[in-house]
Amino acid sequence: MAGSNPNAKPMDLTLKVWRQRNRTADGQLVDYQVKNISPDMSFLEMLDVLNEDLLHKGEDPVAFDHDCREGICGSCNLYINGRAHGPEPGTTTCQLHMRKFKDGDTIVVEPWRAAAFPVNRDLSVDRSAFDRIIQAGGYVSVNTGGVPDANEIPVPKSIADRAFDAATCIGCGACVASCKNASAMLFVSAKVSQLALLPQGQVERKTRVENMVAQMDKEGFGACTNIGSCAAECPVGISLENIAILNREFLAAKATSNNLA
Amino acid sequence: MSWLSNALSSSIGRKIIMSITGLFLCSFLVIHLIGNLQLFKNDGGVAFNIYSHFMGTNPVIRTIEFVLLAGFVFHIYEAIALTGRNKAARGPQGYKVDNIGQNSPWQSRNMGLLGTIILIFLLVHLYNFFYRARFGDLDPDINSNDDLYTLVASSFKQWWYVLLYVLAQVALAYHLIHGFKSAFQTLGLTHRKYTPFITYFGYAFSIIVCAGFAAMPLYFFFLK
Amino acid sequence: MKLDAKIPEGPLAEKWEKHKFNVKLVNPANKRKYDVIVVGTGLAGASAAASLAELGYNVKAFSFHDSPRRAHSIAAQGGINAAKNYQNDGDSVFRLFYDTIKGGDYRAREANVYRLAQVSVNIIDQCVAQGVPFAREYGGLLANRSFGGAQVSRTFYARGQTGQQLLLGAYSALMRQIAYGKVKMYNRTEMLDLVVVDGQARGIITRNLITGEIQQHAAHAVVLATGGYGNVFYLSTNAKYSNATAAWRAHKKGALFANPCFTQIHPTCIPVSGDYQSKLTLMSESLRNDGRVWVPKTVEMAERLRKGEIRVSDIKEEDRDYFLERKYPAFGNLVPRDVASRNAKMMCDEGRGVGASGLAVFLDFSEIIQRIGVEGVSQKYGNLFAMYEKITDENPYEMPMRIYPAVHYTMGGLWVDYNLQTNVPGLYATGECNFSDHGANRLGASALMQGLADGYFVIPYTIGDYLANTPPKPVTTEHPAFQEAEAQVRERLQRFMGINGTRTPDEFHKALGHIMWEYCGMARNAEGLQHAKQAIQQLRKEFWSDLKVTGLNEELNQTLEKAGRVADFLELGELMVDDAYNRNESCGGHFREEYQTPEGEALRDDENYAYVAAWQYQGDNVPEVLHKEELTFENVKLTQRSYK
Repeated sequence: MAGSNPNAKPMDLTLKVWRQRNRTADGQLVDYQVKNISPDMSFLEMLDVLNEDLLHKGEDPVAFDHDCREGICGSCNLYINGRAHGPEPGTTTCQLHMRKFKDGDTIVVEPWRAAAFPVNRDLSVDRSAFDRIIQAGGYVSVNTGGVPDANEIPVPKSIADRAFDAATCIGCGACVASCKNASAMLFVSAKVSQLALLPQGQVERKTRVENMVAQMDKEGFGACTNIGSCAAECPVGISLENIAILNREFLAAKATSNNLA
Repeated sequence: MSWLSNALSSSIGRKIIMSITGLFLCSFLVIHLIGNLQLFKNDGGVAFNIYSHFMGTNPVIRTIEFVLLAGFVFHIYEAIALTGRNKAARGPQGYKVDNIGQNSPWQSRNMGLLGTIILIFLLVHLYNFFYRARFGDLDPDINSNDDLYTLVASSFKQWWYVLLYVLAQVALAYHLIHGFKSAFQTLGLTHRKYTPFITYFGYAFSIIVCAGFAAMPLYFFFLK
Repeated sequence: MKLDAKIPEGPLAEKWEKHKFNVKLVNPANKRKYDVIVVGTGLAGASAAASLAELGYNVKAFSFHDSPRRAHSIAAQGGINAAKNYQNDGDSVFRLFYDTIKGGDYRAREANVYRLAQVSVNIIDQCVAQGVPFAREYGGLLANRSFGGAQVSRTFYARGQTGQQLLLGAYSALMRQIAYGKVKMYNRTEMLDLVVVDGQARGIITRNLITGEIQQHAAHAVVLATGGYGNVFYLSTNAKYSNATAAWRAHKKGALFANPCFTQIHPTCIPVSGDYQSKLTLMSESLRNDGRVWVPKTVEMAERLRKGEIRVSDIKEEDRDYFLERKYPAFGNLVPRDVASRNAKMMCDEGRGVGASGLAVFLDFSEIIQRIGVEGVSQKYGNLFAMYEKITDENPYEMPMRIYPAVHYTMGGLWVDYNLQTNVPGLYATGECNFSDHGANRLGASALMQGLADGYFVIPYTIGDYLANTPPKPVTTEHPAFQEAEAQVRERLQRFMGINGTRTPDEFHKALGHIMWEYCGMARNAEGLQHAKQAIQQLRKEFWSDLKVTGLNEELNQTLEKAGRVADFLELGELMVDDAYNRNESCGGHFREEYQTPEGEALRDDENYAYVAAWQYQGDNVPEVLHKEELTFENVKLTQRSYK
């Protein structure tokens, strides 16, 4: 029952999958064979096939994070053949399709690697560090109610568009995973520049960047060395320009804020 | 002043020191290159020796030398600090298979390696020319200036020395290709209008400066 | 049981204002003495948790995701409605109310829907203040579009990612309260039971998905914001983890489940491509603004196309049947979701479907591409076209898209009164989890509106009314009801682990989905529903004797998680079938083949079925008892929907 391409032939593949029982256990790459993989399958559907197979054999399926499977929730996070989210640019793992691979291929699947992202099990990692960075200031402090009418805050379209471009970050962590330094600068910069661009974000502009960067450092992420892997692998195309904005915001805040700490 | 040390020891703070010192060292390269162009003057080294005498004795220059030294020290210190932090950030288990080469330029990922090559070169270079000019016993030239020119000319007749210089300049060029535009990115000096210019300028700068330096040993080796 | 919806007295437009004045307030100093549990942190849950914490209550929030930012609200594409009338095109609170009631085929409560329309305007203000980057005009003010066939432009949007931006707004408000210590967040934690003490909701039992630890949590009130149950069908546009467990557990502890058969089938989804398919992807409804829906005129031609003997381009214009334009000249391709879906199914049933499986119709953009060019189309729909190509490997600029309907949203849910409180005192349900605002069919861009209305602007008032009547004494997990509920949860987990059969949770889930789609999907009939009931009962028996789960409870065990969710779907599915069987009429998303007009349109029975069907659990394998909440319409006239 082929979808689009009736000529596409099913594939047999060798998988090398990182297996690790829990956070403290040792892990290793384990070889698996999957057969009859349709090119129209998504990568995660291929893993579903593997997992059903393992379950039937009485083995533990491979744990991996996923949810919406349409590229927006940011749950899925696989390092495939040495690339975050696999070989296809601008694509989350769930939107990567098997037609990008060939019959007989060997595919290595590893979890995101970062000190700040410990492995829960197999391919599932703990990305709560991102939440804690947002908690440090990735918001506009307004309570529910008592806000002005929406149209009382005009925003130039070009600014709104740039803010939106930054705001599309899905928090998947591919930037950290692909960065040689496991730096979270692209993630942090996306939120900082979204709110630095918008009028709503001006009030807390300085404290926000100071606190978010401090938390980022505390979590143990590396420092940005402007390599560009993050933006190249970002599935939603967050631009490096945001990192420059973050640097600028940080510098300005440190130079002029009243914070003596 | 804890705010300042906190700011400068943060990940971005360290990067800012890297970029400011890096740009400062770039300016040194320009001065150094322009001065050394005297080597090409066909006067048996008279002008070059006047220039090197001036550089070695002028009190302003001698003061700036310490600033320059500080620039190097900070640049290198921060590089080591950042590298340590960045290595730790990957965590205890790295990737078994990593194809990072498919998403980023080689030089961007190997600034430490390039920097180390440059540092080794620098030590040799300083020992051979700077140390001997300042603390050695060079013969005087016709103006009674130390005859550094002759030392340079004879050094550049040795093939391995020329090779080291040329390779070091290639490393420096790659270092600058990433470093120049990267410094502007780190300082937040980006703009849709100007950043493309900075990028191209950085390329041209890196190649012209390093080609200029590399031309000196080649000139002496092949043409003198 | 007498169902009291507690609708305030007075004229429709004044009910909410009056009610807000009449509800009891909790003294500011006392607020910190109350604990509230919020389960689910999508739009409805995150907004509720943040708003309650801002008021001063101590909130414990629970999410089975690794972060609240991943809730499936994030996937909503189109937009959010609000009666701002920024476009000066005649919109008003009453018009939004009217459209929503009519769109829901007159099976929703007037007072709730009116309140929804009223607070819709506050939502936009709130989101903008949070920094949500809505689309804007060049003058810097907010842009609107017409959506889902509405006659006014009242939809606010952020490109095709409105849900994401709104969720990130609510998420940021929640993160702020976590930082202040007013919300304690439990990520990767799944609610597995509700604890009821002396008839009042007093807490929940949870499982930590990483360690398997079972925990008891007590509070003065519990808010469920756990989303819909569309995944009963296995294949739906819901996320893989979306499930009914929290709501169903609450149902089994006494909360009534209302209108379970009201499910929405969305017409523009990417068709199934194989048995391995794990979920269906929605293509925004906005595509129907410019795409034309068609199938070949004859079965013979459709067959040749399916076999690959001819290509799409070989089918001449006069051999194409633009069936929506033909049947509904006034609305054409923009008829409501249920009508468009049903007609697509009819075409495929006739044998005129396209694609290898024959379960698809074309959505053709050639006309607009001719009119405004590839460039223009790409500006409008570029990201959607790219997504389609990524999934199908077909270029929609060159050949028509293939689309097919898919389960998208569930209008049914836990029964709640005007205060969003279930019949179990202290238990509230918000967002898609409750049944209250969309009747038998939800209009486009209204789900986001309802989730945020409930969380930001309704529950903060109404929960105070309940808490003010509850003594501000600390609640603990001392009561035996907690131990009992925990024991039940543990026993159930042990049962899953102990069956050691041969079939996986996914296999049972797929089998259930197949039954539901076939007999309780786009079109239903009494005979099919009876068959489905038996088939589900049989499947459930097999599930409990032949399930296979490996591993331990005390670790990250995704198979065990699935088993629990599928077990609940297997019970909820039967209730949906019962409800569909009971409702001898067609309305909105519920189409009973026996009840249709001669033209094949849904035929409502307002005399006998203008009620909310609220079901009460009686025990395992015992038929549930139906309670009726009669719907009275004082402000709108019930008419037959017509899109001719």
